[in-house]
Amino acid sequence: MRIPLVISTLVARSAGAGSRLSRKGGGTTLPGRVLNALDPGASARLARRLEQGSAIISATNGKTTSAAMTAAILASRYRLAGNPAGANLSSGVATALLHTRGAELGLFEVDEAALPRVAEALKPRALCLGNLFRDQLDRYGELELLAERWRGVVAGLAVGSTLIVNEDDPQLAQLARGRAGVIRFGIEDARHGGPLPHAADARYCSACGVAYDYRLAYVGHLGEYSCPGCGFERSKPDIWAEAITLEGLAGSSFQLHLPQETLSVRLGLPGLYNVYNALAAAALGHALGARADEIAGGLESTEAAFGRSERIAIGEKELLLLLIKNPTGANEVVRTIVASGTPKTLVIALNDRIADGQDVSWIWDVDFEPLLDGLERLIASGGRAAELALRFKYAGFPESQIELVPRPAEALDRGLALTEDGGELVVCPTYTAMLELQKVLAERGHADPYWQRAARAREESGLPRSPK
Amino acid sequence: MTTRIRLCHLYPDQLNIYADRGNIAVLRSRAERRGYELEMIGVGVGEALAPECDLIYLGGGQDREQALIAPDLARRTEEISAALEDGAALLAVCGGYQLLGRGYRDRTGVEMPGAGVLPLETVAGEGRMIGDVSIECELDPGEMLTVVGFENHGGRTLLDSGAVPLGRVVSGFGNDGESGFEGCRLGKAIGTYLHGPSCPVIPGWPTGCLDRRSRALSASRPSSRNSTTNSSTRRTRWRWDGRGSAAGSFARRGSS
Repeated sequence: MRIPLVISTLVARSAGAGSRLSRKGGGTTLPGRVLNALDPGASARLARRLEQGSAIISATNGKTTSAAMTAAILASRYRLAGNPAGANLSSGVATALLHTRGAELGLFEVDEAALPRVAEALKPRALCLGNLFRDQLDRYGELELLAERWRGVVAGLAVGSTLIVNEDDPQLAQLARGRAGVIRFGIEDARHGGPLPHAADARYCSACGVAYDYRLAYVGHLGEYSCPGCGFERSKPDIWAEAITLEGLAGSSFQLHLPQETLSVRLGLPGLYNVYNALAAAALGHALGARADEIAGGLESTEAAFGRSERIAIGEKELLLLLIKNPTGANEVVRTIVASGTPKTLVIALNDRIADGQDVSWIWDVDFEPLLDGLERLIASGGRAAELALRFKYAGFPESQIELVPRPAEALDRGLALTEDGGELVVCPTYTAMLELQKVLAERGHADPYWQRAARAREESGLPRSPK
Repeated sequence: MTTRIRLCHLYPDQLNIYADRGNIAVLRSRAERRGYELEMIGVGVGEALAPECDLIYLGGGQDREQALIAPDLARRTEEISAALEDGAALLAVCGGYQLLGRGYRDRTGVEMPGAGVLPLETVAGEGRMIGDVSIECELDPGEMLTVVGFENHGGRTLLDSGAVPLGRVVSGFGNDGESGFEGCRLGKAIGTYLHGPSCPVIPGWPTGCLDRRSRALSASRPSSRNSTTNSSTRRTRWRWDGRGSAAGSFARRGSS
């Protein structure tokens, strides 16, 4: 017998309230886990209540930020349901759906591997695929397998739905070929391109196996490619950024070309990777009916999502949190830090829990070397601090300048002690190390707990408070 | 006088997954700290191994990349065997390890031929073997080492009878999850599933493998081997929770 939706949602919501009351966590996934267990079809039925349907963003890197930007673009147009705290597995999406009362449109960031299941339940009217890098092979298996599953998701999209892809990622461009209802985005600014980096993933054409010719690469394997084997090549995107000016950690500005008009955008988030996130959000916003001024306004008003280049004042000092989680993302973080002048002290916290990826060998594929010029002290932290220290030792950084402080909270204190008043401490944590730091910062009153911020983000996006 | 060590890195464009670059960086660093110059030569599909190579490195790749190089590697049986007979040392990790055996049989029974240099074969199995792994091995007689890394493989590697494993599994899966064996050794050739990268966790490797150039090397070999390896890892059980002695030589602060 199927449990009536009203009962299963009530039980699931109570679980979330219990989780918050017991201060064990924010209840961003527990209610959904309970709901999925009670009634695996509940998410699909809750999603059907959204009168404007749902949109999904997936990517290896940048989905939380892209989703935050899209929410800002759409905030004045729709009351949104979403998962701004980054709980992006099926349980997190189900939890968000429990909070849909009054919402018109669902906007969800979804984990790469969870995408098939979530897309099946939500039947999105728009799907935005931002990039596919190798990340957590221990959890996802091989990149090809993931691309294959995404192919299945694209094939299963309803007729009339819109597929938004990053045309600079050849694997995603391939997925979209021949389909009607596609919006492609990309970067058109050769000044910011370079050769394909060693950590690049999609070197070989997924159609014929021949190595791509890269005219230039912007971030990882995202760039201008063509296949000498079968002739497959990047085409001119529908929405693109050009005349990009990077302003170090402060942000960037660029010309955003939409199908009908061109606008200047000033982004408060750093690096070329955030230009890609902005393009994904602009393309998705455009697909969902946003006007150019709403797109520009939304992008410009977006602040860093939860630990992604987030600044927090601590007394006279400022903390800058830059999430790292895979080689391409970490390389971009390094590039951004170096562009602003390498700090003397740097804290890097490497954990190896499931959400971080249990295989930490990825740190050997990160180009940390540019940081060594100017860095005076590395505080290696996290459960795998020792390997991080070893990585820097083999990079040529003197052992005497490396401190091992495994607990992130203590590493933060040590870093702050080494930071002068008025100065900035840069901390690069992996995902669960960032959660640990956020918890400490909340306990000390420097930042709100993440679930409160998630609730506020929901409120700001026009959604009423979650029911009691 | 600098002695040059010539390293042939097979298929650097295809087999380069997770930390193979780390292995090369570690080899370079270890060589340089011994006063040797590491000459790295990338060897792609259709290209010959450089003559007089001292080290051959073969990394791991995803299925697609492995399929791209497998036919070429299968044609190198004599070339690689000759280099090994000539005294070269070899390290093959994960996919490279599998393809140095006689072949890889996938779940539909299709056989991908290997180079047949190592006495083993690999068959696809149910589920992947993923996680931290530690093994005990005896690279030099009487000297037991605990070596750790990360493994992530779907294939089960079966050693021929009489073949020598790299070590015995202490924790993790190893070759097939059943035999208790991990990796394979044939003279100075080592095949293993351990990445992480493996060089930093095979303390001292390839110090013991460089005897080939014995005339040149013994004259200039440093007296203390510890000075050139991760001293804290020698004969020490690595622990992976950050509380262990893995990086005991680094300054420590904070928690006990």
